[in-house]
Amino acid sequence: MPTRRQLLKVGIAGGLVLAGVRWLDRPQAVAASNYRFLDERSASAAAALVPVVLEGTLPGEAVARKRAIDETVEAFDRAVAGLSPAVQKEVEELFSILRFPPMRLMFTGLWSPLEESSAKEIGDFLARWRHSRFEIQRAGYQAITQLIQAAWYGNAASWTAIGYPGAPRLG
Amino acid sequence: MSVIDPIREGLARGWKVVDAAALSRDLDLECDVAVIGSGAGGGITAEILAQAGLAVVVVEEGPLVGSAEFNMREREAYPRLYQESAGRQTQDKGITILQGRCVGGGTTVNWTSSFRTPPRVLAHWGDAHGLKTVSTAALAPWFERIEQRLSIGPWQVPPNANNDALKRGCEKLGIPFGYIRRNVKGCANLGYCGMGCPLNAKQSMLVTSLPAALDRGATLVQRARVTQLAARGDRLAHCEARGIERNGAVLSPHTVRVRARHFVVSAGAIGSPAILLASALPDPQGLVGKRTFLHPTVVSGAVMPQKVDAYYGAPQTVYSDHFLDSAALDGPAGFKLEVPPVHPILGGITLPGFGAEHARWMTQLPHLQVVIALMRDGFHAGAPGGQVVLRSDGWPVLDYGMTDYLWEGVRRAYLAMAEIQFAAGASTVLPLHESSSAATSWRAARAAIESLPLRSLAARVVSAHVMGGCAMGADPTTSVVTEAGRHHHVANLSVHDASVFPTSLGANPQLTIYALSARMATGLAASLGKGAGGQAPA
Repeated sequence: MPTRRQLLKVGIAGGLVLAGVRWLDRPQAVAASNYRFLDERSASAAAALVPVVLEGTLPGEAVARKRAIDETVEAFDRAVAGLSPAVQKEVEELFSILRFPPMRLMFTGLWSPLEESSAKEIGDFLARWRHSRFEIQRAGYQAITQLIQAAWYGNAASWTAIGYPGAPRLG
Repeated sequence: MSVIDPIREGLARGWKVVDAAALSRDLDLECDVAVIGSGAGGGITAEILAQAGLAVVVVEEGPLVGSAEFNMREREAYPRLYQESAGRQTQDKGITILQGRCVGGGTTVNWTSSFRTPPRVLAHWGDAHGLKTVSTAALAPWFERIEQRLSIGPWQVPPNANNDALKRGCEKLGIPFGYIRRNVKGCANLGYCGMGCPLNAKQSMLVTSLPAALDRGATLVQRARVTQLAARGDRLAHCEARGIERNGAVLSPHTVRVRARHFVVSAGAIGSPAILLASALPDPQGLVGKRTFLHPTVVSGAVMPQKVDAYYGAPQTVYSDHFLDSAALDGPAGFKLEVPPVHPILGGITLPGFGAEHARWMTQLPHLQVVIALMRDGFHAGAPGGQVVLRSDGWPVLDYGMTDYLWEGVRRAYLAMAEIQFAAGASTVLPLHESSSAATSWRAARAAIESLPLRSLAARVVSAHVMGGCAMGADPTTSVVTEAGRHHHVANLSVHDASVFPTSLGANPQLTIYALSARMATGLAASLGKGAGGQAPA
């Protein structure tokens, strides 16, 4: 995940812009009540990433799918809340990059907000970060995918699709 | 089946346990010995000191959780029982570190593998690091004592299919392998050791030494992070701890202050150097936190035609040291082969890729067979270890860079694992790496692995063994503590945990930590004499 120091390695301009981003892009005053870490806008960005990262194991039926995505975002939020303060700050910076248009365009190549981007556009951006020559982008890709995967596969609703029978019953 | 939770019973019997996160005012405690950390080092130490009649206070960062609350659910166990929700990483995020953070430390969540320290490692500690008293012969009685105490012995049940594949592959290729001894009693072969044993079969510190110490009147302060050891002259006067919340992030405003005649730091090989650094104790050579080792571990996944169900059954029962034993200690990087348990979260975050590519592997979970290779670090200039540093907010982080020397070993490890998995009947093998492609034959796998670009944050690298950073030795210019665990410069301070290792081991470390700590604690008890405030057993 990016830290400001690492960003400066990527490009001094990027680091300077980020300083501005954090001022311009402050979390909304009212955090979404369901979340410990995410605010509404970060939660909707996360919700846009979830179906791309989990394509192939989410339920197909619309109501179940929506519920699975919501629960994954909630578990994602809980997972971040369990990380150290320094790493939480890095995740916050990652979401700043994903939300603030100039940063998003520069680092992800996405013109539109995640919520308005197609699954293919999001998948392409993740693939670019996955194989990027910059460690910071590979770290960002791993943070996004692993947090979402942990959030979903910890949920018993995911287990049928992957054939996991659950823990044995004791007694 | 009703399982007796020894923690609930002990609390009902009147154990002295303080929850530092729930304090409404500052707390002052006084004792003979303050033990910081309750894992393999601190647990054994607390028991031996309490048995000697010394008044002991154990201060543990994590929560006191017993079997009644171990429900075999990853998503509850990881945030509750592990450092940073099992998501602790090296500074560059290249290596994920599984480390316990609960009463019992790593022993509450480890996979029960019990190896005596390899004799050639102990010989190397003598030859290359100048150790004079820590040898195979000197440790033998301590191994025997611990093996008896913690019911360490051969595992009588056939290996699960995941372990059996490693055995089959080795047999087919003529690679020597062995069976792993385990610290269990009445184990039902469930496979959920990593989430806390719900049956108390695992003979962790949580159900053995710590209850014994508490029954003898020791005090346990849980959910308390030691922030400082306060020195007066060349002695420590007290340690200060603050209550932490569940995520470890929020410090309670109230302080626990423990005055003691002696202090034993057993906070693990990231926590112990961090406490010493934060306390600015004498360290003239700047050794504290340096030469920290991880057994960087790489992973190979295979699809087997038959079901493997790698989430069930004793997680680690078969190993091969062939690739350690066949290499010189200071030659090309050697590696130990084992298998891990495969549960949905651990599997999900370790398999590379996302979307359909990732789902193709996840949906074959019951057929997934996984082998891991643990790289031996600390024996060659190409694997000098990492360094524990303090962030500006006071949290420790390990700066550990993978080196060309280690990557060369990683490539050979991928090759060895793939060949073994195909020999065991795999239909497909995938080195867990973001650029690897699945191969359906050994020949294809070999070609793919030989051209795989090896770099951080592409190859999946994990660690469950943090060692070093407060090396023991006779020479104060090259070591932090003596072979008895005593700090070279602070008279009433000891370190008892994996941080005293001068190198990694090339073996799962719990039994080495137990044996060294038992030896150190017994010596310490003798030197402290009769406790001022020791109490008879309850």
